[in-house]
Amino acid sequence: MKLSSLMIRASLVALATTGLAGPAAAQGVNISISCGAVGQELEICRQGAEAWAQETRNTVTVVSTPNSSTERLALYQQLLAAGAGDIDVFQIDVIWPGILGQHFIDLSAHVNGAEAEHFEAIVENNTVDGRLVAMPWFIDAGLLYYRSDLLEKHGASVPRSWQELTETARMVQEAERADGNDQMWGFVFQGRAYEGLTCNALEWIDAFNGGAIVDAEGNVTVNNPGAVSAFELASTWVNEIAPEGVLNYAEEEARGVFQSGNAVFMRNWPYAWALAESEESAIRGKVGIAALPRGGEDGKNTGTLGGWQLAVSQYSSNPEAAADLVRYLTSREEQKRRAIEAAYNPTIAALYEDEEVLAANPFFGELYETFVNAVARPSRPTGASYNRVSNEFWNAAHDVLSGRAEPQDALARLENDLRRMSRRGW
Amino acid sequence: MAKPVSSELTRARVRSAWIFLAPMLGVLALVAGWPLIRTIFFSFTDATLANLTDYRFIGFDNFLEYYEGEWYGVMADPTWWRAVYNTVWFTVVSVSIELVLGMIVALTLNTAFPGRGMLRAAILIPWAIPTIVSAKMWGWMLHDQFGVLNDILMTLGIISAPVAWTASPETALWAVVMVDVWKTTPFMALLILAALQMLPSDCYEAAKVDGIHPVKVFFKVTLPLIKPALMVAIIFRGLDALRIFDLVYVLTSSARDTMSMSVYARQQLVDFQDVGAGSAASTLLFMIIAVLVLITIMTARVRLGEDER
Amino acid sequence: MRSSLAARTGFWLLILAIVVFAVFPFYYAILSSFRSGPALFSTAIWPDSLDLQNYVSVFRDQPFERNILNSVIVAVSVVGISLFLGVTAAFALGRISFRGRGLLLLTILSVSMFPQVAVLSGMFELVRALGIYNSPWALILSNLILTLPFTVWVLTTFMRALPRELEEAAYVDGATPWTVVRRIFLPLMWPAMVTTGLLAFIAAWNEFLFALTFTLSSEQRTVPVAIALLSGATQFELPWGNIMAASVIVTVPVVFLVLIFQRRIVSGLTAGAVKG
Repeated sequence: MKLSSLMIRASLVALATTGLAGPAAAQGVNISISCGAVGQELEICRQGAEAWAQETRNTVTVVSTPNSSTERLALYQQLLAAGAGDIDVFQIDVIWPGILGQHFIDLSAHVNGAEAEHFEAIVENNTVDGRLVAMPWFIDAGLLYYRSDLLEKHGASVPRSWQELTETARMVQEAERADGNDQMWGFVFQGRAYEGLTCNALEWIDAFNGGAIVDAEGNVTVNNPGAVSAFELASTWVNEIAPEGVLNYAEEEARGVFQSGNAVFMRNWPYAWALAESEESAIRGKVGIAALPRGGEDGKNTGTLGGWQLAVSQYSSNPEAAADLVRYLTSREEQKRRAIEAAYNPTIAALYEDEEVLAANPFFGELYETFVNAVARPSRPTGASYNRVSNEFWNAAHDVLSGRAEPQDALARLENDLRRMSRRGW
Repeated sequence: MAKPVSSELTRARVRSAWIFLAPMLGVLALVAGWPLIRTIFFSFTDATLANLTDYRFIGFDNFLEYYEGEWYGVMADPTWWRAVYNTVWFTVVSVSIELVLGMIVALTLNTAFPGRGMLRAAILIPWAIPTIVSAKMWGWMLHDQFGVLNDILMTLGIISAPVAWTASPETALWAVVMVDVWKTTPFMALLILAALQMLPSDCYEAAKVDGIHPVKVFFKVTLPLIKPALMVAIIFRGLDALRIFDLVYVLTSSARDTMSMSVYARQQLVDFQDVGAGSAASTLLFMIIAVLVLITIMTARVRLGEDER
Repeated sequence: MRSSLAARTGFWLLILAIVVFAVFPFYYAILSSFRSGPALFSTAIWPDSLDLQNYVSVFRDQPFERNILNSVIVAVSVVGISLFLGVTAAFALGRISFRGRGLLLLTILSVSMFPQVAVLSGMFELVRALGIYNSPWALILSNLILTLPFTVWVLTTFMRALPRELEEAAYVDGATPWTVVRRIFLPLMWPAMVTTGLLAFIAAWNEFLFALTFTLSSEQRTVPVAIALLSGATQFELPWGNIMAASVIVTVPVVFLVLIFQRRIVSGLTAGAVKG
């Protein structure tokens, strides 16, 4: 007994001095992180994680997970519900803190106030019941893409309001079709009945000052004049300035149409820029980006907040090391590297004025405003019911787009359904 | 039937029967019994995917609940009833079409002609392809901008503008039916062919001698004789169609227009993390299927009884 | 045969229509798999490029050979276990009459009446309890729920059809039931076992929902899940060329298997379906 207790004490001392000793015989731990599924996203994450592993003498395993957001969430749900320690660090979508928050540790104790550098909206989004459950990693927001050559050719300017966009789109579309380009459409976006439509429709509503479906206190606010005006405008688009197929378009379908030169305007995430400017693109050099237009003169420029965060699981066997990995990956240096090498939008405000970052991505400067004014989906107030809320919302939007419901009726019914859903609180 | 010679022998044989059955029953109990009972159990609780250990019993609330003047629960959800309608409509339409087309293909294969083996091999291809692959293939062909189907139809002048097959509410369910018909007609055709090849040829000889028109022969002689096989085919196809998931999910994801009952159950279970509601939907689905199968079997037995006269 | 020219032309047109209907989508998938980049969006129905790039990237960007191996392991194991359990159960259900036989058969059938999604949460609990999450064992176990019912039913039907005298003679000679099964019935059941084996193989090979739910890392996935989750360079891209290439890779062996055994499938279904 005496020998073993001596050994225990000895190993404890060894462990304690590991951090101070430097290149001692330190035993590293293995941290597994799920961050991205394929291609560049996986690669650049792996590079960052390996660099941390080198520095701290640990090892890192990068686990690849389904690429689709919904599949990934389902997977995480099952793992976390079972209390599995298979994954230590999770890359989570911006709408998941409310749903998964209870399974993650409070990171504020581990990052020493680093969260103050990041965009306030995201940090707030990631704080559930006073606990910072995830650190912001990279940000996304909806943007307006336009064909600068077509606008110039037909003497139109970049629209500043949704009404103006509708007009311009129609005008250019008609003119182009008269010129013989009969596959031209005015505006493509994500109109399929899925989470992407929630993002699009939320942008329309918020632009008209219609709020964000459910406010921060959990009240259902979606049925208001601003929202009604937004939906009324949107209901005029399908088959007029947008092809009927838009009702089943996700990000890629819309990009396919825009990139082959058959649309004047597109709403999409920032990733489409690099692809539109690539060598294979039919519209290379002819594309511009702007913030999404306002809902009329007293509306606002907005974009739905997207992006991913890093969280540490409560069931991890090495939470300290895992939290340190998170701290490293979300730090200024790493975010700057990712911005320059792979155009991932950083969540640290100061980086948008960094010369090297701007040299690599000139349009980041324009994006800054959008990111600061971005509207978050109501995942925090609605918590575990967010997916249901989103489902109801996108179904209402889809009905309005496809002409199956009048905007006012759809919104009234949506309000009623959301109230029923929250009858016992969120 | 004479009584068994020795009841000792019978009892030994019955015992050995149970011994032989034991492995299969054991595995089935583990693999099917336990999960199914758990599902029915969960349908009476408010368990969520986030927390499968901390739940309360809420009785029938997942199925139907009356609270402060309003109805809640799966059976009060219009989306559920829409899914039921979609599934039943899909089953009736696709099984009927597969029956007719399968019959045509089977009759064709029943005739002797050069290259019959090749044709039999060719029609098996749709059935051999994994559902996920068929769904992706057809999704690509039905694409409204880049799809080859729109291209061909426009070249032939049948339509003037590309049709959004999987997006438009009117055509979406038909698109699903089309893919399912493409995929399962071979299976029906094979079953019917098997039945046709078992038929005694003397009926046909007699009919030919009498000079009866082939179509009449078909309806009066062939059809009644293969009715038992047809019923089996219909029941199994119907069972599969009522439970359809893969095709609908991959082709149109969780859109309400084409949602089947299985897709609804999965949405509740996985997307909304509501294990209680998802299990309730699954249990309801099982009961609907059981009822429909029983009805089909009973009506078929009645008709069979008459034919045997 | 007095068939007129019109009738014969009509007949051959019908055959052509059937072949085109059955084969065209697969043919088009093969075409698309050989196109890449902007050429992918062309809708020409004649081969215009022979670019192997898609096939290369299918194997490069994910452990596709590993996925194929997983599928093969799972499918073969499922077939082996199902046939063993099926034959033993069919012997009892088909040759020996006892109380509760009919009810048992109906119960086994009713297992097929539950949708796959219904057993998902219970099965997940079971898989985690046994510690086999994210391994082929989870899939082998869960696929049995799909293959056992119809395997038992079809083999029972065949067993019933075999003549009594074979068995009686063997018992008189003092053989145990197991010997009877092994020496006498198994050789006779060969066509039926091939048929049900093939059907079970295809069912396990195609299975999607369980494979999606019970695997975590890409090395453990089976082929249908790998294809469904194939993605391009960014989160949103859908690489149609790669998807078509993967689909072709996965389908060709199954098609070959089916073509080789197609005559047995027909005769197998003959005996089973009509008598059932």
